[in-house]
Amino acid sequence: MSLCSVRRLSVGYGDFKVLFDIDLDIDEGQAMAMIGANGAGKTTLLRAITGLLKAPDDSIKFAGRPIAGTPPHAIVALGVAMVPEGRCLFPSLSVEENLLVGAHAKRRGPWTLQRVYDLFPALLQRRRAPVELLSGGQQQMVAIGRALMSNPRLLLCDEVSLGLAPIVIKSIYCAFPAILAEGTTILVVEQDIGRAIAMADTVTCLQEGKVTLAGPPKQFSRADITAAYFGR
Amino acid sequence: MSLLELENASRLQHGVWIAAAALLAVLILAPWWADDSDLRSIAEFAYLVAIAQMWNLLAGYGGLISVGQQVFIGIGGYTLLILSLDAGISPFLCIPVAGVVSALFAVPIAAVVFRLQGPYFAIGTWVVADVFRLALDNVPAIGGGSGKSLTSALMSIPGWQREATTYWIALGLGVGLTIGVYLILRSRLGLAMTAVRDSVPASESLGVRVGRTKLLIYVASALGLGMAGALIYLTKLRVSPDAAFSMDWTVLMIFIVVIGGIGTVEGPIVGTAVFFFLRAMLADFGPWYLVILGSVAVVVMLKARRGIWGWVAGRFNFHVFPTRRRIRVNSLRSGFAEMPPSPRYLTE
Repeated sequence: MSLCSVRRLSVGYGDFKVLFDIDLDIDEGQAMAMIGANGAGKTTLLRAITGLLKAPDDSIKFAGRPIAGTPPHAIVALGVAMVPEGRCLFPSLSVEENLLVGAHAKRRGPWTLQRVYDLFPALLQRRRAPVELLSGGQQQMVAIGRALMSNPRLLLCDEVSLGLAPIVIKSIYCAFPAILAEGTTILVVEQDIGRAIAMADTVTCLQEGKVTLAGPPKQFSRADITAAYFGR
Repeated sequence: MSLLELENASRLQHGVWIAAAALLAVLILAPWWADDSDLRSIAEFAYLVAIAQMWNLLAGYGGLISVGQQVFIGIGGYTLLILSLDAGISPFLCIPVAGVVSALFAVPIAAVVFRLQGPYFAIGTWVVADVFRLALDNVPAIGGGSGKSLTSALMSIPGWQREATTYWIALGLGVGLTIGVYLILRSRLGLAMTAVRDSVPASESLGVRVGRTKLLIYVASALGLGMAGALIYLTKLRVSPDAAFSMDWTVLMIFIVVIGGIGTVEGPIVGTAVFFFLRAMLADFGPWYLVILGSVAVVVMLKARRGIWGWVAGRFNFHVFPTRRRIRVNSLRSGFAEMPPSPRYLTE
Protein backbone atom coordinates (compact mmCIF):
# COMPACT_ATOMS: atom_id res chain seq x y z
CA MET A 1 0.00 0.00 0.00
CA SER A 2 1.46 3.29 -1.07
CA LEU A 3 2.00 5.75 1.80
CA CYS A 4 3.34 8.54 -0.35
CA SER A 5 2.78 8.79 -4.06
CA VAL A 6 4.26 11.35 -6.41
CA ARG A 7 2.66 11.82 -9.83
CA ARG A 8 4.03 13.83 -12.73
CA LEU A 9 5.91 16.14 -10.38
CA SER A 10 7.87 18.93 -12.04
CA VAL A 11 9.44 21.55 -9.83
CA GLY A 12 12.44 23.84 -9.82
CA TYR A 13 13.79 27.09 -8.51
CA GLY A 14 12.36 29.95 -10.56
CA ASP A 15 13.14 29.38 -14.22
CA PHE A 16 15.55 26.61 -13.40
CA LYS A 17 13.71 23.28 -13.59
CA VAL A 18 15.13 20.44 -11.52
CA LEU A 19 12.56 17.64 -11.63
CA PHE A 20 10.70 16.55 -14.77
CA ASP A 21 7.51 14.44 -14.52
CA ILE A 22 8.63 12.39 -11.54
CA ASP A 23 6.53 9.35 -10.58
CA LEU A 24 7.35 7.68 -7.28
CA ASP A 25 5.58 5.38 -4.81
CA ILE A 26 6.81 4.80 -1.29
CA ASP A 27 5.14 1.76 0.27
CA GLU A 28 4.21 1.84 3.92
CA GLY A 29 6.60 0.07 6.27
CA GLN A 30 9.35 -0.24 3.70
CA ALA A 31 12.82 1.20 3.37
CA MET A 32 13.52 2.95 0.11
CA ALA A 33 16.96 4.06 -0.96
CA MET A 34 17.31 6.89 -3.42
CA ILE A 35 20.52 7.14 -5.35
CA GLY A 36 21.74 9.52 -7.99
CA ALA A 37 24.63 11.78 -8.83
CA ASN A 38 25.03 15.30 -7.45
CA GLY A 39 22.45 17.62 -8.96
CA ALA A 40 20.11 14.78 -9.96
CA GLY A 41 17.30 16.31 -7.89
CA LYS A 42 17.22 14.08 -4.80
CA THR A 43 17.18 16.87 -2.23
CA THR A 44 14.72 18.86 -4.33
CA LEU A 45 12.33 15.91 -4.32
CA LEU A 46 12.55 15.69 -0.51
CA ARG A 47 11.98 19.43 -0.22
CA ALA A 48 8.87 19.12 -2.37
CA ILE A 49 7.48 16.25 -0.26
CA THR A 50 8.04 18.17 3.01
CA GLY A 51 6.43 21.33 1.62
CA LEU A 52 9.60 23.42 1.83
CA LEU A 53 9.33 23.81 -1.92
CA LYS A 54 5.93 24.47 -3.40
CA ALA A 55 4.77 21.68 -5.67
CA PRO A 56 1.90 21.83 -8.19
CA ASP A 57 -1.52 20.70 -6.91
CA ASP A 58 -2.32 16.97 -6.99
CA SER A 59 1.30 16.04 -7.67
CA ILE A 60 1.96 14.60 -4.20
CA LYS A 61 -0.32 12.48 -2.05
CA PHE A 62 0.43 11.36 1.48
CA ALA A 63 -1.75 8.67 3.10
CA GLY A 64 -4.31 9.21 0.36
CA ARG A 65 -4.66 12.98 0.70
CA PRO A 66 -3.09 15.61 -1.56
CA ILE A 67 -0.42 17.56 0.32
CA ALA A 68 1.10 19.72 -2.42
CA GLY A 69 0.70 23.35 -1.41
CA THR A 70 0.23 22.47 2.27
CA PRO A 71 2.58 24.46 4.56
CA PRO A 72 5.50 22.51 6.09
CA HIS A 73 4.21 22.57 9.66
CA ALA A 74 0.93 20.95 8.57
CA ILE A 75 2.83 18.27 6.64
CA VAL A 76 4.91 17.51 9.75
CA ALA A 77 1.65 17.22 11.68
CA LEU A 78 0.45 14.63 9.16
CA GLY A 79 3.54 12.54 9.82
CA VAL A 80 6.40 13.45 7.49
CA ALA A 81 9.76 14.28 9.05
CA MET A 82 13.06 15.09 7.43
CA VAL A 83 16.67 14.72 8.50
CA PRO A 84 18.12 17.54 6.43
CA GLU A 85 21.37 17.30 4.51
CA GLY A 86 24.21 18.67 6.60
CA ARG A 87 22.13 18.03 9.75
CA CYS A 88 21.08 21.66 10.35
CA LEU A 89 21.12 21.35 14.15
CA PHE A 90 20.41 24.35 16.39
CA PRO A 91 23.88 25.39 17.61
CA SER A 92 22.77 27.40 20.64
CA LEU A 93 20.69 24.56 22.05
CA SER A 94 21.75 21.44 23.94
CA VAL A 95 21.30 17.91 22.61
CA GLU A 96 18.10 17.44 24.57
CA GLU A 97 16.68 20.80 23.53
CA ASN A 98 17.36 19.98 19.89
CA LEU A 99 15.37 16.77 20.36
CA LEU A 100 12.55 18.69 22.07
CA VAL A 101 12.21 21.06 19.13
CA GLY A 102 11.51 17.92 17.10
CA ALA A 103 8.52 17.25 19.35
CA HIS A 104 7.08 20.68 18.51
CA ALA A 105 4.37 19.19 16.30
CA LYS A 106 3.07 17.24 19.34
CA ARG A 107 2.30 14.09 17.34
CA ARG A 108 1.68 11.08 19.55
CA GLY A 109 3.50 7.83 18.97
CA PRO A 110 6.21 5.49 20.13
CA TRP A 111 9.09 7.98 20.02
CA THR A 112 9.92 9.85 23.21
CA LEU A 113 13.15 11.26 24.63
CA GLN A 114 13.63 7.95 26.44
CA ARG A 115 13.19 5.90 23.27
CA VAL A 116 15.58 8.09 21.30
CA TYR A 117 18.20 7.69 24.05
CA ASP A 118 17.60 3.93 23.96
CA LEU A 119 18.21 3.99 20.22
CA PHE A 120 21.32 6.17 20.50
CA PRO A 121 22.81 5.56 23.98
CA ALA A 122 25.74 7.85 23.14
CA LEU A 123 23.37 10.80 23.26
CA LEU A 124 22.15 10.06 26.80
CA GLN A 125 25.56 10.79 28.28
CA ARG A 126 25.77 14.07 26.43
CA ARG A 127 22.17 15.18 26.67
CA ARG A 128 23.07 18.51 28.27
CA ALA A 129 26.09 19.27 26.12
CA PRO A 130 25.92 22.02 23.52
CA VAL A 131 25.24 20.18 20.31
CA GLU A 132 28.27 21.77 18.62
CA LEU A 133 30.64 19.88 20.92
CA LEU A 134 29.48 16.49 19.64
CA SER A 135 31.28 14.45 17.01
CA GLY A 136 29.88 14.40 13.50
CA GLY A 137 28.36 10.98 13.98
CA GLN A 138 26.69 11.95 17.25
CA GLN A 139 25.37 15.11 15.61
CA GLN A 140 23.82 12.95 12.90
CA MET A 141 22.21 10.84 15.64
CA VAL A 142 20.73 14.03 17.12
CA ALA A 143 19.38 15.00 13.69
CA ILE A 144 17.73 11.58 13.25
CA GLY A 145 16.45 11.55 16.84
CA ARG A 146 15.07 15.06 16.41
CA ALA A 147 13.09 13.97 13.35
CA LEU A 148 11.83 10.84 15.16
CA MET A 149 10.52 13.01 18.02
CA SER A 150 7.72 14.14 15.71
CA ASN A 151 6.65 10.47 15.45
CA PRO A 152 6.62 10.43 11.65
CA ARG A 153 4.96 7.81 9.48
CA LEU A 154 7.51 8.68 6.82
CA LEU A 155 11.10 9.54 7.72
CA LEU A 156 13.15 11.20 4.98
CA CYS A 157 16.91 11.04 5.51
CA ASP A 158 19.04 13.21 3.26
CA GLU A 159 22.65 12.05 2.93
CA VAL A 160 23.00 10.80 6.49
CA SER A 161 26.43 9.32 5.79
CA LEU A 162 27.94 12.45 4.28
CA GLY A 163 31.38 13.19 5.70
CA LEU A 164 31.33 10.39 8.28
CA ALA A 165 33.81 7.57 8.85
CA PRO A 166 32.65 4.11 7.64
CA ILE A 167 32.45 2.73 11.18
CA VAL A 168 30.30 5.66 12.28
CA ILE A 169 28.04 5.25 9.23
CA LYS A 170 27.58 1.61 10.21
CA SER A 171 26.41 2.56 13.70
CA ILE A 172 23.88 4.99 12.22
CA TYR A 173 22.54 2.45 9.73
CA CYS A 174 22.16 0.00 12.64
CA ALA A 175 19.34 2.22 13.91
CA PHE A 176 17.17 1.80 10.81
CA PRO A 177 15.81 -1.71 11.60
CA ALA A 178 14.55 -0.47 14.99
CA ILE A 179 12.86 2.50 13.31
CA LEU A 180 11.25 0.25 10.68
CA ALA A 181 10.10 -2.10 13.45
CA GLU A 182 7.91 0.73 14.78
CA GLY A 183 6.13 0.78 11.44
CA THR A 184 7.85 3.91 10.23
CA THR A 185 8.55 4.10 6.52
CA ILE A 186 12.05 5.28 5.61
CA LEU A 187 13.44 6.97 2.54
CA VAL A 188 17.21 7.32 2.57
CA VAL A 189 19.19 9.36 0.09
CA GLU A 190 22.52 7.60 -0.22
CA GLN A 191 25.55 8.11 -2.44
CA ASP A 192 27.03 4.70 -1.70
CA ILE A 193 25.22 2.29 -4.02
CA GLY A 194 26.45 -0.80 -2.17
CA ARG A 195 25.09 0.39 1.16
CA ALA A 196 21.84 1.56 -0.44
CA ILE A 197 21.18 -1.84 -1.99
CA ALA A 198 22.05 -3.65 1.24
CA MET A 199 19.54 -1.81 3.41
CA ALA A 200 16.65 -1.08 1.10
CA ASP A 201 13.51 -2.96 0.04
CA THR A 202 13.32 -0.81 -3.07
CA VAL A 203 15.77 1.43 -4.80
CA THR A 204 15.09 4.48 -6.93
CA CYS A 205 17.64 6.20 -9.09
CA LEU A 206 17.37 9.78 -10.25
CA GLN A 207 19.37 11.20 -13.10
CA GLU A 208 19.04 14.78 -14.28
CA GLY A 209 15.60 15.17 -12.76
CA LYS A 210 14.10 11.94 -14.08
CA VAL A 211 13.55 8.51 -12.53
CA THR A 212 15.84 6.14 -14.41
CA LEU A 213 15.34 3.03 -12.31
CA ALA A 214 12.89 1.88 -9.64
CA GLY A 215 12.18 -1.46 -8.00
CA PRO A 216 13.55 -4.08 -5.63
CA PRO A 217 17.37 -4.03 -5.81
CA LYS A 218 17.71 -7.73 -6.67
CA GLN A 219 15.95 -7.09 -9.99
CA PHE A 220 18.88 -5.07 -11.21
CA SER A 221 22.39 -5.98 -12.17
CA ARG A 222 25.33 -3.79 -11.27
CA ALA A 223 25.45 -2.70 -14.91
CA ASP A 224 21.77 -1.63 -14.87
CA ILE A 225 22.40 0.57 -11.85
CA THR A 226 25.57 2.06 -13.27
CA ALA A 227 23.70 2.93 -16.46
CA ALA A 228 20.83 4.48 -14.50
CA TYR A 229 23.25 6.42 -12.32
CA PHE A 230 25.57 7.82 -14.95
CA GLY A 231 23.54 7.58 -18.11
CA ARG A 232 24.69 5.75 -21.14
CA MET B 1 34.99 18.49 42.29
CA SER B 2 32.67 19.03 39.41
CA LEU B 3 29.66 18.74 41.72
CA LEU B 4 31.15 21.25 44.13
CA GLU B 5 31.47 23.83 41.38
CA LEU B 6 27.90 23.30 40.38
CA GLU B 7 26.77 23.80 43.98
CA ASN B 8 28.82 26.96 44.36
CA ALA B 9 27.35 28.39 41.21
CA SER B 10 23.79 27.75 42.29
CA ARG B 11 24.44 29.01 45.84
CA LEU B 12 25.77 32.24 44.38
CA GLN B 13 22.70 32.35 42.16
CA HIS B 14 20.45 31.93 45.20
CA GLY B 15 22.33 34.72 46.95
CA VAL B 16 21.76 37.05 44.03
CA TRP B 17 18.06 36.17 43.93
CA ILE B 18 17.68 36.92 47.66
CA ALA B 19 19.58 40.18 47.28
CA ALA B 20 17.40 41.12 44.30
CA ALA B 21 14.21 40.40 46.27
CA ALA B 22 15.48 42.53 49.18
CA LEU B 23 16.41 45.33 46.79
CA LEU B 24 12.98 45.13 45.21
CA ALA B 25 11.31 45.43 48.62
CA VAL B 26 13.41 48.52 49.39
CA LEU B 27 12.52 49.99 45.99
CA ILE B 28 8.80 49.36 46.45
CA LEU B 29 8.98 51.43 49.63
CA ALA B 30 10.91 54.21 47.88
CA PRO B 31 8.01 56.73 47.78
CA TRP B 32 8.31 56.88 51.57
CA TRP B 33 12.08 57.35 51.77
CA ALA B 34 13.24 58.91 48.49
CA ASP B 35 12.75 62.47 47.29
CA ASP B 36 11.05 63.33 44.00
CA SER B 37 14.18 63.48 41.89
CA ASP B 38 15.46 60.09 43.14
CA LEU B 39 12.05 58.62 42.50
CA ARG B 40 12.10 59.89 38.94
CA SER B 41 15.61 58.54 38.34
CA ILE B 42 14.66 55.07 39.58
CA ALA B 43 11.50 55.16 37.46
CA GLU B 44 13.55 56.13 34.42
CA PHE B 45 15.99 53.31 35.14
CA ALA B 46 13.09 50.86 35.37
CA TYR B 47 11.42 51.91 32.13
CA LEU B 48 14.71 51.91 30.23
CA VAL B 49 15.29 48.33 31.42
CA ALA B 50 11.75 47.54 30.25
CA ILE B 51 12.16 48.91 26.72
CA ALA B 52 15.65 47.44 26.38
CA GLN B 53 14.27 44.01 27.36
CA MET B 54 11.70 44.33 24.58
CA TRP B 55 14.35 45.06 21.97
CA ASN B 56 16.52 42.27 23.39
CA LEU B 57 13.64 39.81 23.06
CA LEU B 58 13.12 40.82 19.45
CA ALA B 59 16.73 41.04 18.29
CA GLY B 60 18.74 38.95 20.76
CA TYR B 61 16.41 35.96 20.81
CA GLY B 62 14.10 36.41 17.84
CA GLY B 63 16.84 37.56 15.46
CA LEU B 64 14.63 40.43 14.26
CA ILE B 65 16.80 43.54 14.08
CA SER B 66 14.33 46.43 14.11
CA VAL B 67 15.34 50.08 14.26
CA GLY B 68 11.73 51.25 14.29
CA GLN B 69 10.55 50.08 17.70
CA GLN B 70 9.88 53.71 18.65
CA VAL B 71 6.64 53.33 16.72
CA PHE B 72 5.18 51.38 19.65
CA ILE B 73 6.45 53.88 22.23
CA GLY B 74 4.69 56.56 20.19
CA ILE B 75 1.48 54.56 19.85
CA GLY B 76 1.53 53.99 23.62
CA GLY B 77 2.07 57.70 24.28
CA TYR B 78 -0.71 58.78 21.96
CA THR B 79 -3.11 56.15 23.32
CA LEU B 80 -2.54 57.67 26.75
CA LEU B 81 -3.06 61.17 25.39
CA ILE B 82 -6.31 60.41 23.57
CA LEU B 83 -7.87 58.17 26.20
CA SER B 84 -7.04 60.34 29.19
CA LEU B 85 -7.76 63.76 27.64
CA ASP B 86 -10.64 63.01 25.28
CA ALA B 87 -12.24 59.92 26.83
CA GLY B 88 -11.54 60.88 30.43
CA ILE B 89 -10.16 57.46 31.39
CA SER B 90 -7.78 57.33 34.38
CA PRO B 91 -4.24 57.78 33.03
CA PHE B 92 -3.01 54.81 35.06
CA LEU B 93 -5.65 52.57 33.55
CA CYS B 94 -4.57 53.80 30.11
CA ILE B 95 -1.20 52.05 30.47
CA PRO B 96 -2.37 48.42 30.03
CA VAL B 97 -4.83 49.60 27.37
CA ALA B 98 -1.94 51.28 25.52
CA GLY B 99 -0.13 47.93 25.55
CA VAL B 100 -3.11 46.21 23.94
CA VAL B 101 -3.59 48.98 21.36
CA SER B 102 0.08 48.81 20.49
CA ALA B 103 -0.09 45.01 20.12
CA LEU B 104 -3.12 45.40 17.81
CA PHE B 105 -1.18 47.86 15.64
CA ALA B 106 1.74 45.41 15.57
CA VAL B 107 -0.24 42.87 13.54
CA PRO B 108 -0.78 44.97 10.37
CA ILE B 109 2.69 46.54 10.76
CA ALA B 110 4.17 43.03 10.85
CA ALA B 111 2.20 42.13 7.73
CA VAL B 112 4.12 44.89 5.94
CA VAL B 113 7.62 44.70 7.42
CA PHE B 114 7.84 40.89 7.58
CA ARG B 115 7.91 40.87 3.79
CA LEU B 116 11.41 42.29 4.12
CA GLN B 117 14.57 40.50 5.23
CA GLY B 118 17.68 41.53 7.18
CA PRO B 119 18.78 45.12 6.57
CA TYR B 120 15.67 45.80 4.49
CA PHE B 121 13.55 44.74 7.46
CA ALA B 122 15.47 47.19 9.68
CA ILE B 123 14.97 50.08 7.27
CA GLY B 124 11.34 49.11 6.73
CA THR B 125 10.57 49.33 10.45
CA TRP B 126 12.17 52.77 10.57
CA VAL B 127 10.06 53.94 7.63
CA VAL B 128 6.88 52.71 9.34
CA ALA B 129 7.75 54.69 12.48
CA ASP B 130 8.36 57.82 10.42
CA VAL B 131 5.08 57.36 8.57
CA PHE B 132 3.31 57.42 11.95
CA ARG B 133 5.27 60.51 13.00
CA LEU B 134 4.43 62.40 9.81
CA ALA B 135 0.80 61.32 9.91
CA LEU B 136 0.30 62.55 13.48
CA ASP B 137 2.04 65.82 12.58
CA ASN B 138 -1.05 66.46 10.48
CA VAL B 139 -3.79 65.73 12.99
CA PRO B 140 -4.63 69.09 14.62
CA ALA B 141 -7.16 67.50 17.01
CA ILE B 142 -4.33 65.97 19.04
CA GLY B 143 -1.98 68.92 18.71
CA GLY B 144 -0.43 68.32 15.28
CA GLY B 145 3.31 68.81 15.10
CA SER B 146 3.67 70.60 18.43
CA GLY B 147 1.83 67.95 20.42
CA LYS B 148 -0.35 68.32 23.45
CA SER B 149 0.06 68.57 27.21
CA LEU B 150 -1.33 65.92 29.55
CA THR B 151 -1.39 68.16 32.59
CA SER B 152 -5.14 68.73 32.60
CA ALA B 153 -5.80 64.99 32.78
CA LEU B 154 -3.58 64.68 35.83
CA MET B 155 -4.63 67.76 37.79
CA SER B 156 -7.36 66.01 39.74
CA ILE B 157 -4.90 63.45 41.17
CA PRO B 158 -3.07 64.54 44.34
CA GLY B 159 0.67 65.08 43.79
CA TRP B 160 2.09 62.38 46.06
CA GLN B 161 -0.36 59.78 44.85
CA ARG B 162 0.43 60.59 41.23
CA GLU B 163 4.19 60.44 41.69
CA ALA B 164 4.06 57.23 43.74
CA THR B 165 1.66 55.39 41.42
CA THR B 166 3.68 56.37 38.35
CA TYR B 167 6.80 55.16 40.10
CA TRP B 168 5.28 51.82 41.06
CA ILE B 169 4.02 51.24 37.54
CA ALA B 170 7.48 51.98 36.15
CA LEU B 171 9.04 49.61 38.65
CA GLY B 172 6.40 47.00 37.85
CA LEU B 173 7.12 47.28 34.12
CA GLY B 174 10.90 47.00 34.57
CA VAL B 175 10.65 43.97 36.83
CA GLY B 176 7.58 42.47 35.18
CA LEU B 177 8.86 42.62 31.61
CA THR B 178 12.24 41.21 32.68
CA ILE B 179 10.50 38.26 34.33
CA GLY B 180 8.15 38.01 31.34
CA VAL B 181 11.05 37.71 28.91
CA TYR B 182 12.64 35.09 31.16
CA LEU B 183 9.43 33.05 31.27
CA ILE B 184 8.89 33.29 27.49
CA LEU B 185 12.42 32.03 26.95
CA ARG B 186 11.88 29.03 29.20
CA SER B 187 8.66 28.09 27.41
CA ARG B 188 7.92 26.05 24.31
CA LEU B 189 7.69 29.30 22.35
CA GLY B 190 11.14 30.30 23.61
CA LEU B 191 12.61 27.03 22.37
CA ALA B 192 10.92 27.50 19.00
CA MET B 193 12.20 31.11 18.82
CA THR B 194 15.78 30.07 19.46
CA ALA B 195 15.43 27.30 16.90
CA VAL B 196 14.14 29.77 14.29
CA ARG B 197 17.00 32.16 15.03
CA ASP B 198 19.54 29.32 14.65
CA SER B 199 18.16 27.78 11.45
CA VAL B 200 14.98 28.68 9.62
CA PRO B 201 14.91 25.68 7.23
CA ALA B 202 15.56 23.14 10.00
CA SER B 203 12.92 24.54 12.34
CA GLU B 204 10.46 24.81 9.46
CA SER B 205 10.94 21.18 8.49
CA LEU B 206 10.36 20.14 12.12
CA GLY B 207 6.93 21.71 12.23
CA VAL B 208 7.79 25.05 13.84
CA ARG B 209 5.59 27.71 12.26
CA VAL B 210 8.31 30.22 11.52
CA GLY B 211 6.07 33.11 10.48
CA ARG B 212 3.75 32.72 13.44
CA THR B 213 6.63 32.43 15.90
CA LYS B 214 8.18 35.65 14.63
CA LEU B 215 4.80 37.39 14.73
CA LEU B 216 4.21 36.35 18.34
CA ILE B 217 7.58 37.78 19.40
CA TYR B 218 6.92 40.98 17.49
CA VAL B 219 3.48 41.43 19.05
CA ALA B 220 4.81 40.60 22.54
CA SER B 221 7.52 43.21 22.10
CA ALA B 222 4.92 45.77 20.92
CA LEU B 223 2.73 45.03 23.94
CA GLY B 224 5.58 45.80 26.34
CA LEU B 225 6.72 48.88 24.44
CA GLY B 226 3.17 50.26 24.23
CA MET B 227 2.78 50.05 28.00
CA ALA B 228 6.25 51.52 28.52
CA GLY B 229 5.47 54.32 26.02
CA ALA B 230 2.32 55.32 27.90
CA LEU B 231 4.21 55.24 31.20
CA ILE B 232 7.09 57.29 29.77
CA TYR B 233 4.73 60.02 28.60
CA LEU B 234 2.92 59.94 31.91
CA THR B 235 6.23 61.07 33.42
CA LYS B 236 7.01 63.55 30.65
CA LEU B 237 3.53 65.16 30.64
CA ARG B 238 3.66 66.22 27.01
CA VAL B 239 3.30 64.08 23.88
CA SER B 240 4.52 65.30 20.50
CA PRO B 241 5.14 63.29 17.32
CA ASP B 242 8.80 64.25 17.01
CA ALA B 243 9.59 63.10 20.54
CA ALA B 244 7.29 60.08 20.77
CA PHE B 245 8.28 58.59 17.40
CA SER B 246 11.91 59.62 17.74
CA MET B 247 14.61 57.25 16.55
CA ASP B 248 16.41 58.12 19.80
CA TRP B 249 14.28 55.60 21.68
CA THR B 250 15.48 52.70 19.57
CA VAL B 251 19.06 54.00 19.58
CA LEU B 252 18.87 53.97 23.37
CA MET B 253 17.48 50.42 23.41
CA ILE B 254 20.18 49.20 21.03
CA PHE B 255 22.96 50.96 22.98
CA ILE B 256 21.81 49.47 26.28
CA VAL B 257 21.36 45.96 24.91
CA VAL B 258 24.64 45.92 22.97
CA ILE B 259 26.66 47.30 25.89
CA GLY B 260 24.97 45.07 28.45
CA GLY B 261 24.93 41.87 26.44
CA ILE B 262 22.59 40.92 23.64
CA GLY B 263 20.80 37.61 24.06
CA THR B 264 21.00 37.60 27.86
CA VAL B 265 18.23 38.56 30.29
CA GLU B 266 20.77 40.25 32.58
CA GLY B 267 22.27 42.35 29.75
CA PRO B 268 19.66 45.12 29.58
CA ILE B 269 19.91 45.70 33.35
CA VAL B 270 23.70 45.95 33.22
CA GLY B 271 23.48 48.12 30.08
CA THR B 272 21.04 50.53 31.71
CA ALA B 273 23.36 50.85 34.73
CA VAL B 274 26.31 51.61 32.44
CA PHE B 275 24.24 54.15 30.53
CA PHE B 276 23.18 55.92 33.75
CA PHE B 277 26.75 55.95 35.01
CA LEU B 278 28.14 57.39 31.76
CA ARG B 279 25.39 59.98 31.53
CA ALA B 280 26.08 61.19 35.09
CA MET B 281 29.85 61.23 34.55
CA LEU B 282 29.68 63.04 31.21
CA ALA B 283 26.91 65.51 32.04
CA ASP B 284 29.32 68.46 31.85
CA PHE B 285 30.91 67.59 28.53
CA GLY B 286 28.14 68.83 26.26
CA PRO B 287 28.22 67.33 22.77
CA TRP B 288 31.28 65.22 23.67
CA TYR B 289 28.88 63.13 25.73
CA LEU B 290 27.43 61.51 22.61
CA VAL B 291 30.87 61.05 21.04
CA ILE B 292 32.10 59.19 24.12
CA LEU B 293 28.89 57.14 24.33
CA GLY B 294 29.33 56.11 20.71
CA SER B 295 32.99 55.24 21.24
CA VAL B 296 32.12 53.03 24.21
CA ALA B 297 29.60 51.19 22.04
CA VAL B 298 32.19 50.70 19.28
CA VAL B 299 34.82 49.41 21.71
CA VAL B 300 32.37 46.95 23.29
CA MET B 301 31.29 45.71 19.87
CA LEU B 302 34.90 45.14 18.84
CA LYS B 303 36.32 43.76 22.08
CA ALA B 304 33.39 42.07 23.80
CA ARG B 305 30.87 41.16 21.17
CA ARG B 306 28.48 39.60 23.63
CA GLY B 307 28.49 42.75 25.76
CA ILE B 308 29.53 43.20 29.36
CA TRP B 309 27.25 40.52 30.74
CA GLY B 310 28.16 38.12 27.94
CA TRP B 311 31.79 38.56 28.94
CA VAL B 312 31.07 38.09 32.65
CA ALA B 313 28.93 35.01 32.02
CA GLY B 314 31.57 33.46 29.77
CA ARG B 315 34.42 34.26 32.12
CA PHE B 316 32.89 33.32 35.46
CA ASN B 317 30.25 30.78 34.49
CA PHE B 318 27.57 32.78 36.17
CA HIS B 319 23.97 33.47 35.21
CA VAL B 320 21.24 35.05 37.28
CA PHE B 321 18.66 33.99 34.69
CA PRO B 322 19.90 30.72 33.18
CA THR B 323 18.06 30.94 29.87
CA ARG B 324 20.98 30.85 27.49
CA ARG B 325 21.21 27.15 28.18
CA ARG B 326 24.92 27.47 28.20
CA ILE B 327 26.01 27.28 31.79
CA ARG B 328 29.39 25.68 31.61
CA VAL B 329 30.53 23.62 34.53
CA ASN B 330 33.82 21.78 34.47
CA SER B 331 33.17 18.13 34.78
CA LEU B 332 36.09 15.84 35.59
CA ARG B 333 34.43 12.78 34.13
CA SER B 334 33.59 14.05 30.69
CA GLY B 335 35.97 16.97 30.53
CA PHE B 336 33.71 19.15 28.45
CA ALA B 337 31.06 21.73 29.06
CA GLU B 338 27.68 20.68 30.34
CA MET B 339 24.41 22.47 30.68
CA PRO B 340 21.84 22.69 33.45
CA PRO B 341 18.95 20.26 33.16
CA SER B 342 15.99 21.41 31.15
CA PRO B 343 13.01 22.43 33.26
CA ARG B 344 10.71 19.52 33.98
CA TYR B 345 7.76 20.67 31.92
CA LEU B 346 9.86 20.43 28.79
CA THR B 347 10.71 16.79 29.32
CA GLU B 348 7.23 15.66 30.35
